[in-house]
Amino acid sequence: MSIEVNNLSKFYGQQKALDGISFQAKPGQILGFLGPNGAGKSTMMKIATGFLLPDQGDVIIRGVSVTKHPQVVSKMVGYLPEHNPLYLDMYIPEFLSFMGGLYQLKGKDLANKVSRVMEECGLMPEKTKKIGQLSKGYRQRVGLAKTLVHDPAIIILDEPTTGLDPNQLVEIRKLIKTISINKTLVLSTHIMQEVEAICEKVVIIHRGKIVAQDLLQNLTATEKGFTFVLATEETLDMEWFSAFTLSDLKVLASNRFLIRTPDPQLFRKQALNLIQERQLNLVELKQENKNLEAVFHELTQKPV
Amino acid sequence: MTSLFWKEINAFFTNLTGYVIMAVFLAALGLIVWVFPGTSVLEYGFSDLEALFSYTPMVFMFLIPAITMRMIAEEKKSGTWELLMTSPLPVWQIMLAKYLATLVLIALTLLPTLVYYYSIVQLGDPVGNIDSAGFFGAFIGLLLMGAAMASIGMFSSSLTDNQIVAFVVGVFTSFMLYIGLSAMAELSGQWGYLLENISLSYHYESMSKGVIGAENVFYFAAFIGCILTVTWGIISKK
Repeated sequence: MSIEVNNLSKFYGQQKALDGISFQAKPGQILGFLGPNGAGKSTMMKIATGFLLPDQGDVIIRGVSVTKHPQVVSKMVGYLPEHNPLYLDMYIPEFLSFMGGLYQLKGKDLANKVSRVMEECGLMPEKTKKIGQLSKGYRQRVGLAKTLVHDPAIIILDEPTTGLDPNQLVEIRKLIKTISINKTLVLSTHIMQEVEAICEKVVIIHRGKIVAQDLLQNLTATEKGFTFVLATEETLDMEWFSAFTLSDLKVLASNRFLIRTPDPQLFRKQALNLIQERQLNLVELKQENKNLEAVFHELTQKPV
Repeated sequence: MTSLFWKEINAFFTNLTGYVIMAVFLAALGLIVWVFPGTSVLEYGFSDLEALFSYTPMVFMFLIPAITMRMIAEEKKSGTWELLMTSPLPVWQIMLAKYLATLVLIALTLLPTLVYYYSIVQLGDPVGNIDSAGFFGAFIGLLLMGAAMASIGMFSSSLTDNQIVAFVVGVFTSFMLYIGLSAMAELSGQWGYLLENISLSYHYESMSKGVIGAENVFYFAAFIGCILTVTWGIISKK
């Protein structure tokens, strides 16, 4: 295993930030670490990189314990903290050389690695600029370049795409995907599309506890049947649906129902019939394909 | 570690604050040593630089916390502290690199005052009439004093993520250890001797006259060692 998190707990005073978390990531896997804000994602990542000490449990990275040998582990891990802290007064190559120096790279080797990651992260056009002059998207690239400069086998990114505009978002996601080749990558986020776009395995935490962990495909498949949203201009009546074969029905609004059914074709036919019979004005009939989002809502809205 | 050391030196000189601190320091010393009546060497009429050595620690009290205040506090505030702490560099090396950089910066700031020495050599009657050994002995004393105050500055910077707080705590702690303790020594009879002995001014006094006593050097080394150890304890807490 590349990363093994064993029964990790962390308290901030009375508050339990993490409560007995365990999961693993295989070599080469992209693991999405998902949870609402304040669920403990950052705490978990800070512990995995040795910035914080857990109150209980341990993180084993390629067979080495973080709590016992943080220096050994840090050489194998590239870490992008939340909010991407950078030295704004530095030029990009200066910053990357400085970071490489901290990881004991020297001379030619360092210079090669710096220019390689700058190439990889598309920073060459901006190399004469100070970091403070860069846009948020480029700063994020600098942050990613920094995590790669010592060529780590494991990359840990804490919310790498927050605050980016939609174009930058797509670019950074693409970049993350390319840099993760042959590396194990853990990425925290609260954006579902991101996980669906890049991750293979998903761990969902809520209030410091793991509420789900599985491969993305299994997780979305466990969803009971298919989900539809039906909305009309008129108020809907629950009784109209009594003849339907449904596994679940939720009232989102008086004219907007969330419906789960094992047979989507039959449901569509029945729904259209209903609309014709009752002379309703259809506003929306759509199959929810953001299944992960539904899973996320379901798992993280109930109190633990 | 060298990479962090150079980063700190560069950060000082790429920033306007660095030059402001140096300029203010030299202006204040220049005024005290050459212009203000009462402390001016020219008025004093003897070819020595006692004024430089007795007043520099006072200026140090403000200058050094101004250099050290950002060392840890700013990194904590901007989050870059996390970059340093998750690097393979052990905590003590992070602290030492920053401390050594501070020492070099203090030495560089102090360096232009060697011009004063040259001036007095030229102004002496006959020319060259100055106690050189005394001057350089006292200069070493001054560097030790700077090193001690730099450790206090590092300590105060490690307490907070606010530079202003770090500065104020640094100034106050230096003030207490330099002047405060000897003043309190006069107040409290029984403990007076002890308080006097742990104050910086007591050990600096003979050095400022050019006498490098082993016990004083040992005191400064132990002082710096203690404060840096406490600082290390604070910053390695996770």
